[in-house]
Amino acid sequence: MTMFSTAPITLSHAHLMRTTLILAGTATLLAMPFAISSFSISLLNLVGIYALAALGLTLITGSGGVTSFAQAAFMGIGAYASAYMTLRLGLGAWIGLGAALLVVGACAALMGAVTLHLGGHYLPITTLAWAVAVYMVFGNLTDLGAHSGIGDIAPISLFGLPLDRPDRAFYLVWAVLVLALIGASNLLSSRQGRAISALRGGAVLAQSLGVNPFRVRLLLFVLAAELAAIAGWLFAHTQRFISPSSFDLNVGLQILLMSVLGGIGNVLGAVIGSAAVTLGRNAIQDLLPGLGLNAGTLEIIVFGIVFILLLHYSPRGLSPLIEALLPTRSGETLPTIGQDERLAFSRTTDRDAPVLAVRGLGKRFGGLAAVDDLSFEMRARSITALIGPNGAGKSTTFDLISGLKIPSSGTVLFLGEPTRGKPAHTMIGSGLSRTFQHVKLRPKVTLLENVMMGAHWRMKAGLFAGLLRLDRREEREFRRVAMLALKEIGMDEDPLALAGNLPLGPQRLLEIARALASDPVLIILDEPAAGLRSQEKQALAKLLRHLRSEGLSILMVEHDMEFVMGLADDIVVLDFGRRLALGKPAEIRNNPRVQEAYLGGAE
Amino acid sequence: MDLQIAAILLQDGMANGAIYTMLALGFVLVFTTTRIIFASYGDLIALSALTLHALQNGRLPGTVSLVAILAVFATTVECWSLMRAGKLRRVPRAILIWLIIPVLPVAGCLLLQDHLSHAAQIALTVALVMPIAPLLYRLVFQPIERASTLTLLIVALVLHYVIAGFALLTFGAEGVRTAGAVSGSVELLGVSVGLQVVAFVSVAALFSTGLALFFRFTMAGKALRATAYNSAGASLVGISTRGSAVFAFLLAGVIAAIVGILIGPTITIYYDSGLMIGLKGFVGAVLGGFVSYPLAALGSVIVGLVEAYASFFASLFK
Repeated sequence: MTMFSTAPITLSHAHLMRTTLILAGTATLLAMPFAISSFSISLLNLVGIYALAALGLTLITGSGGVTSFAQAAFMGIGAYASAYMTLRLGLGAWIGLGAALLVVGACAALMGAVTLHLGGHYLPITTLAWAVAVYMVFGNLTDLGAHSGIGDIAPISLFGLPLDRPDRAFYLVWAVLVLALIGASNLLSSRQGRAISALRGGAVLAQSLGVNPFRVRLLLFVLAAELAAIAGWLFAHTQRFISPSSFDLNVGLQILLMSVLGGIGNVLGAVIGSAAVTLGRNAIQDLLPGLGLNAGTLEIIVFGIVFILLLHYSPRGLSPLIEALLPTRSGETLPTIGQDERLAFSRTTDRDAPVLAVRGLGKRFGGLAAVDDLSFEMRARSITALIGPNGAGKSTTFDLISGLKIPSSGTVLFLGEPTRGKPAHTMIGSGLSRTFQHVKLRPKVTLLENVMMGAHWRMKAGLFAGLLRLDRREEREFRRVAMLALKEIGMDEDPLALAGNLPLGPQRLLEIARALASDPVLIILDEPAAGLRSQEKQALAKLLRHLRSEGLSILMVEHDMEFVMGLADDIVVLDFGRRLALGKPAEIRNNPRVQEAYLGGAE
Repeated sequence: MDLQIAAILLQDGMANGAIYTMLALGFVLVFTTTRIIFASYGDLIALSALTLHALQNGRLPGTVSLVAILAVFATTVECWSLMRAGKLRRVPRAILIWLIIPVLPVAGCLLLQDHLSHAAQIALTVALVMPIAPLLYRLVFQPIERASTLTLLIVALVLHYVIAGFALLTFGAEGVRTAGAVSGSVELLGVSVGLQVVAFVSVAALFSTGLALFFRFTMAGKALRATAYNSAGASLVGISTRGSAVFAFLLAGVIAAIVGILIGPTITIYYDSGLMIGLKGFVGAVLGGFVSYPLAALGSVIVGLVEAYASFFASLFK
């Protein structure tokens, strides 16, 4: 009893703590220029500027899983674009910002469009080449001052006040940074944020949820470059002098160091990493001569060793350490669900209409035929099971039907239309949703958000809606949908638990809830009952029957024969990629060829 | 561009390609066994050239103190972790492996440095540079062996700054060129081919074949391949993944030492030349997809050829 009564108090306590921290942080920032020396202020300005560029990396690396060495190069392009506008064309710094964003956006989009299709280590290498090339170009353009750079860049004016001193520029730099941090954290908790998170779980997961991996990567890449462009703009107009060496490969590496040291799992990591690197190096420079040592050469050695030791102590960066000190986010309000309210499906098909037709399907891997001349049809509102010994080609068949693998021969008709040539990420929109044999969930994400990923294609909010939180109404609507989907699998008690903390059986159920949130016509379940206890299996069977009565069609692979025989309307038996038998459960049970495949010959 | 120039550029390209091939072999070897993109790999090459140059000029190479410091720290860390695990009986072996064996060439260097033939100087350089990579693995990478690939890469990058800083401190800022072991040229199919090029290509070919045979026919090679293929599975069948990692780093260290000796007479090496040299081998490895040795070799030859022809077209001397 006491447990329940104290819970809300601790929640509001945490809320109070957070508010206090935010207020204290704001007050400290506002008071900073009055409290410390002008040199320290300009150092803090640099912390803020590099944090912006590092934040871009946090977004693409931490969330999108792509590494870039080119942040400094994008900073440089932004800085030079704005400097050129103000100095050579006599335009204001704010027009310079527009130019910086335009030029950098175009460069990043072009570069991303060419290279983001390439997998593996190609993108980092391309960004590396880009970083070197941009340095060379600025170093050789005499109109931009070549290697000696450009000086006397005009300061930014805000409401007629020139921000020509570090303490004046301080407010602008940090206001921009705070806004960027808020925007980034909004984005990560929006529809696009969930798409990013899905992509982090692999391209297969992303595609099965209707997320176009290339598009998300490109979006992130351009967004990160634009953050670097703003950083470059601030750099040019606060330092008032730029040269190619301010943006060379070493600086690019340094920004990468910052984001990794700060921790790429959290947007605050960018600020922490930038502060640690910038202030840390400065402290080492101050400290070494005091110890009677030659600062010039030793600085980099000491810095490097300290850096490595910090990552030894906390391999995921410093932000997890600091996060542990902060109070946790206060309780989210959950949608309330009526007692008899259930998930509704809108796209059901006529009884007995053919939902899925597989004709002469084949898939060869070199000399091995994983699936060979397979044909079967599935009626609407039916449960069809695909069974067969291990290695019979069941999962490959699923991948062919859901568009993740391209058939070597044959066709798949879904709702009467051939699926060949349709990208895998469009399948969920046409009504086909699936689960995986090896569960693909986002372990550090709540059950609710994992399920909401299933509704990605039904939602509309884009990048800007997410950044500016204009997506609240849609979010509320689909949080309800996700809650209802969780209720279907009987897991609506603790929707804010993390998916990674569930045992394997319930994780499989969660994948089913995610599939249901997409308002499917056909769901494909890969071993849904594996890892479930007998009671849970009964509940699952009941749920699948209910879904069938609601008009859904279900295709599943399952090894538990009792489960399959009691549930399926039709069974397709596969062996060595070929169809061995097709029929009602009773027919399959008495088929001598099936018995032989499963139990071995009777000789 | 006439055929004569094309042939000369082809030679240059092949020579570069041979060097990058050996580098790429080292990158792929380390990456497949440990997931580490060993960005500081090029520094070992720079250290090798700097060491040989110091020995040739009768100076004590800074590598001596680097190896000694690393060995002392690695031994301390290893013994400390053995003692905490209660495995006292393995301490003497750890001291032998991590302290005595790496320090032997250091002692050799201190005692014999003035009385060495050219070949002995080369052998001593290899012996001095060879233990650095495994020692770095033990000290820097093994404690975070489970960290993400990105964290490992970043640590390797920072390690470059540390090693280059150390090289600046001990070797100074001047660039060096070692005295070459081979010079002159031979006539081959009507084209004069530098012996240096012949040496590069034959050493690279020798190494590639040797590695291929090693991986195919020896138990240690098979163990490395098993670790690369699936490290959890390899450890289940009794292969020490850490042992494999140390071995991979040792092999990579040998390759780096030899590359350093080969290129020492042909280009000027500075304390921080390692990053750029390493980068080119890395590009070769990436072109080959980073997992296959033959493809990495092919990728490296392409990088070498592109570099030779591109620098000709970009230069003013054409």
